[in-house]
Amino acid sequence: MTDLIWLVVVIPLAVALLNLFLGRRIGEPLSGWIAFAAVAVPFAIAVGPTMGFLTGDSEATTVHLFTWIPVLGVEAEILWDPLSALLTLIVTGVGALIHLYSIGYMHGDERFPRFFAYLNLFIASMLVLVLAANYAVMFVGWELVGLSSYLLISFWFTKPTAAAAGKKAFIVNRVGDWGFLVAMMLIFAAFGTFDFHTIFATAPGVLSVGMATAITLLLFVAAAGKSAQIPLYVWLPDAMEGPTPVSALIHAATMVTAGVFMMARSAVLFELAPVTGGIVATVGVLTALLAAVVAVAQKDIKRVLAYSTISQLGYMVLGIGVGAYSASVFHLTTHAFFKALLFLGAGSVIHAMSGEQDMDKMGGLRKKMPITFITMGAAWLAISGIFPFSGFWSKDEILAGVFAQGGAWYILWAAGLVAALLTAFYMTRLFVLTFLGRPRWDDGIEPHESPNTMTIPLIVLATFTVSLGLVNTPFRLAFEHFLEPAFRGVAHPEGLTDALLVVLATVTLVVAIAGIVIAWRRYNADVLPVEEGGWWDRALAGFNVDDVYGRFIVAPGKAASELVADADATLIDGAAHGIGVGVKAVGVGLQPVQSGKVRGYAGLLAVAAIVLIIGMVVVGGGF
Amino acid sequence: MAEVVVFGIFATVALAGAISMIAAHNPVYSAIGLLSTMFALAVMYILLDAHFVAAVQVIVYAGAVMTLFLFVIMLIGVDKPDAYGRQVPGQRIVTAVIAVGLFAAIVLAARSAWITGSDAFGTFELNGTIENVADELFGTWTIVFLSTVMLLTIAALGTIALAYFGIEVEDEEATL
Amino acid sequence: MDLVVTSSWYMILAAALFSLGVAGVLIRRNALVMFMSIELMLNSINLTFVAVSKDLGLIEGQVAALFVMVVAAAEVTVGLAIIVAIFRKRSSANVDELSEMRG
Repeated sequence: MTDLIWLVVVIPLAVALLNLFLGRRIGEPLSGWIAFAAVAVPFAIAVGPTMGFLTGDSEATTVHLFTWIPVLGVEAEILWDPLSALLTLIVTGVGALIHLYSIGYMHGDERFPRFFAYLNLFIASMLVLVLAANYAVMFVGWELVGLSSYLLISFWFTKPTAAAAGKKAFIVNRVGDWGFLVAMMLIFAAFGTFDFHTIFATAPGVLSVGMATAITLLLFVAAAGKSAQIPLYVWLPDAMEGPTPVSALIHAATMVTAGVFMMARSAVLFELAPVTGGIVATVGVLTALLAAVVAVAQKDIKRVLAYSTISQLGYMVLGIGVGAYSASVFHLTTHAFFKALLFLGAGSVIHAMSGEQDMDKMGGLRKKMPITFITMGAAWLAISGIFPFSGFWSKDEILAGVFAQGGAWYILWAAGLVAALLTAFYMTRLFVLTFLGRPRWDDGIEPHESPNTMTIPLIVLATFTVSLGLVNTPFRLAFEHFLEPAFRGVAHPEGLTDALLVVLATVTLVVAIAGIVIAWRRYNADVLPVEEGGWWDRALAGFNVDDVYGRFIVAPGKAASELVADADATLIDGAAHGIGVGVKAVGVGLQPVQSGKVRGYAGLLAVAAIVLIIGMVVVGGGF
Repeated sequence: MAEVVVFGIFATVALAGAISMIAAHNPVYSAIGLLSTMFALAVMYILLDAHFVAAVQVIVYAGAVMTLFLFVIMLIGVDKPDAYGRQVPGQRIVTAVIAVGLFAAIVLAARSAWITGSDAFGTFELNGTIENVADELFGTWTIVFLSTVMLLTIAALGTIALAYFGIEVEDEEATL
Repeated sequence: MDLVVTSSWYMILAAALFSLGVAGVLIRRNALVMFMSIELMLNSINLTFVAVSKDLGLIEGQVAALFVMVVAAAEVTVGLAIIVAIFRKRSSANVDELSEMRG
């Protein structure tokens, strides 16, 4: 069965093409159901071989597909090990649920089949990225995922903001891609191959610390682009222009985690560069903090979730930085479920509110949308880090990993705690403003619960959100053992006794509860606090980072391109035009030769005769 | 020695005639100059043992061609000197340069390797009598000879046609 | 002084006559005089032919000179007829005025 694992890529790709070309004929909702099947079937295919890893029977295998670039020795191969199996299940599982949800959400959209074609394309691309056995194939998936993201963000391209958001995402991602490419070049220079197996086996002996630092820093640049870390996170809030299922799938569960996944995959390399680890961890925790602060002030429900995603990604990156790889991947997994649930729930709310996204205009929805209320409640508790929901376990494990480093890392640990406090705060704010209190919506809007196609995925996701944490408690590290083969040879956080772990967990829990209580008291009141002026406005505007980029990067770039355009018009077009003018001038200049006068012609003849005679004599042998 | 003297005299005559042909204002003077050049050349031919050619030169060139020229000069009524004004400035200098240049080029070419002109002279016995020329002309070069016959015929016909059917005449009296 | 008239002398003379003929073509505006200059050039060629024939002992040079003369005669005939025809229309012998084929 493992040999057929390439089907998980081919099936969604084939159905994507089908929906692309014949979608309009297939029509709604059949194209949606076919697309759903195209993701559900790969999930089923992947479950079997994964079981082998769980029982510890199977070993990591490489499935060879074809030879891709003989000159560089690049083979198209699939690496099937616990890490890729896990990600495959996440992508196809959560993806299938979101496909199901979209059938209800995108109902009535005139480009319905096209949407599902893009979704399937995305699934296929993400799977290529996840299943890759070498950096080259991974890069293919990396780029394709960026393309799919662009297509999906700007799905409603007639809206100028959506089109701009798609462009922004693609361009900012490109900066990261540059990092990936240069890192690939360095890797090839050092190892002569892109193959993971070879690289990770020989890296400790081959790479100098300097080289490893360079490579890992560049890989981190790439990850910062995809996983929205400082300074390349600016595309993610704008990406909310896309339909909510897109936000759930791409910008919560899967694509943004590609950066974290790639770094986890390259764990061996990161182990050889402690300096990079420090930088990565610092950037991660700063991102987590900054995004959390901005999230507190947002009014649009989706933007809160967007900044929340950036913040949680910061946690994952922090985990990578301190070498707690399996902890990061664990948080990645739990986050995929509860963030997808949050987005889908928000989509349900928006759908019920006929497109309204401003939380100031919501409130008291818990009676109108009970299922959404309950499921989102589960997600809220999970992300805030409340026992025994999944988020509690995964966030706590990362923070424990940071604490274990000791020394200056305590600062990072404290910062992570502050971010956890803020997370609990703003999520509670979101929850209370949306579902509790008095109704504040405009007249004419009649909120109602969403159809089954939308609520069933919510329920399924909520189930996982609640239970998934128990997979990897400190007392029964099943998850970590599951991932062991992937992280062989990588150090694990040390010095964490059971007692210390309990203490740390309690601290985190207290902090989270404090955040919830503060927010509850503040927002669950009859009169809502006015959040305007001063810092509130600055935070709402994301501290104007976009403006800074606009002034210092975009504007000079635009000026440069205008300069080049002018140069093209004057120089190149001018040269082409000038040649024409020149030829004409020569023609006009030579016109007097044809004077029509016989004697003139005779004179020319005589001169020509002289020249010819002398010429022939010279050529013939000289004087 | 006598040859040198004769050559010198008649070469001078030839050149003088050519120069006067160029320089004379009156076209009739030019024609006379050319005529004298042709006579001088006839003498040259005799010096070169080309008796028949010399005779033909006198009969055809001096006798027919130049006569025809004079005839036309008189007919057209250009025996009056024509105006020398409206020359392009520097034309005479340019012409002089070209002429001298051409002369120099030819002479230099004549001295170069690929012209196998030797300085030995008169080592062959050449008899330019009419018999010898006729032998060649009607023997080896028959076809060429007949072609020239046709050429002459055509030229005569063409001239008649030109005179008779040619460009429209302004006055009826002007016939050739 | 032992001066011998060699063929080079004749050829130099012929070259001089030729150059004078070219000068005549270029410098005179009267069509008839131009035509006469062309005749001069042909004569110089004839001289060259005959000189070389004497030099090499071949009679073909003289035959060639004869042909040149014949053709020159024909050419003169036709050329003068043309000139007469043109000048009957224009009543001028100035070739500079014949520049309708200017480019």
